Amino acid sequence: MSLFSYAKPRALGEALRLLKNGTIAIAGGTDLVGLIRSGLAKPDGLVDLTGIEGLRGWTREKGKGLRIGALTPLSDLETSPQLRKLAPMIAESLRDAATPQLRNMGTVGGNLLQRNRCWYFRDEAVPCWLKGGTRCFAVEGENRYHAILGAAECVMVAPSDLAPALIAYDAEIEIASSIGRRTVKLGQFYITPSGRQRKEHAIKAGELITSVRIADSALERRGAFLKAMDRKAWSFALVSVAASAKIQGGKAHDVRIVLGGVAPCPWWVPAANKQLEGSVLDDNACLAAADAILADAQPLRDNGYKVTLARELIRRALRSLVA
Amino acid sequence: MGADSIPRCSIPSNDMPPFRGPDAVDISLTVNGQGATAHLRPQRSLLELLRGPLGLTGTKLVCNAGNCGACTVLVDDRPVYSCITLAVACEGKRVETIEGLSKDGELHPVQEAFIDHDAYQCGFCTPGQVMSIVALLRTKGKPTEDDMRRAVTGNLCRCGAYVNIVKAGMSAARRATK
Repeated sequence: MSLFSYAKPRALGEALRLLKNGTIAIAGGTDLVGLIRSGLAKPDGLVDLTGIEGLRGWTREKGKGLRIGALTPLSDLETSPQLRKLAPMIAESLRDAATPQLRNMGTVGGNLLQRNRCWYFRDEAVPCWLKGGTRCFAVEGENRYHAILGAAECVMVAPSDLAPALIAYDAEIEIASSIGRRTVKLGQFYITPSGRQRKEHAIKAGELITSVRIADSALERRGAFLKAMDRKAWSFALVSVAASAKIQGGKAHDVRIVLGGVAPCPWWVPAANKQLEGSVLDDNACLAAADAILADAQPLRDNGYKVTLARELIRRALRSLVA
Repeated sequence: MGADSIPRCSIPSNDMPPFRGPDAVDISLTVNGQGATAHLRPQRSLLELLRGPLGLTGTKLVCNAGNCGACTVLVDDRPVYSCITLAVACEGKRVETIEGLSKDGELHPVQEAFIDHDAYQCGFCTPGQVMSIVALLRTKGKPTEDDMRRAVTGNLCRCGAYVNIVKAGMSAARRATK
């Protein structure tokens, strides 16, 4: 493990100034400490963000929507009865995310920025494409947990449970750097690693996610989050589905279906969402939408089961919106 | 808490906190109610601090990767994996380990319940299991069995004592609310 120095600033501006070449921001450290130990991250210095005032906790103001500070521990969102009422998909997505200990340590910003779990990527000795090598070893190797949709040079999958739920709420993230601020839709933030883009998301050096925002109108959506795992606890998603819609008179409007664990990014298909406009979400309509989402699936040797699993999870999630 | 409690980008100040390390730095914190200090490199974990300089070997080192839960301790009342928590990040925090549970020679009710219900075999995961359950009982006086199971989902027991671990936890909860 490389040696590093450590700083714990008290204000965001200081943190942004300290984030220079060779330094990395740390909050809960649940992903980063492992990456450092296995040599996948080699910081000269760590900037601990957890001393920054004001980026922890969530607020709801009419007209301004829901705003969640990036340093909020995941467990605070999972266990808040008020937030569960306000945005149930968030608590549902965190309920089976990792473990109580990891949810106590891990933060919203860190969850959204976590690196993927591909075992070839995580193995320091394997020079995979994402790490600058020439090939993706999972394509012809052990690929039970890898992508069935949307992959280019790298077949890793988006690991976050929270991200699909937030995208189904059409959430935005606020990003700060020493030169200013920008706001992006979380759905536009993730990148399919391809060509020169050997990374999973669009954060730039020196930038920090400071908050997540969900508009008032999105909070009126009904939502469902389902996650399939190899075992009942402490496992990354084989497939996860976040589905949301505005339900009026038993009919669904503006449907959003977002999948985790199937593609390098949280995955959705606009045409499949559109074909459910005005639907009563009966089994046939739900399965037709699932088939539209999965039409382009290209399973690898060991992950064809994900197609079947995703199809049924999509059906169940959509059905529960009108149950 | 108003929305304005999340600040706009604050003006950079000139008195930036210096980076400390990579050589050993002074760390002071509270461990089991008492002040403790140590001199460690920033890459050292809270687990290394506890088991090394502080000599508190009740907290176990197993996977050293946040994958098993044997190293579970409480930091500011919340269970965390001490093996992937940086010691330097615990500056000024309140850490509780298995050694801090018994009072005046009396075992903690959760420890008693583990004995009564034979809730361990090899015993290596036990300190972590106990700390997770102690934390649950502080926040939830009357947990359901599902609460109890969920509280220890982050603590692996490869002997497979789970059924008795949950029984012990539920028994301690009943004892505490009587």
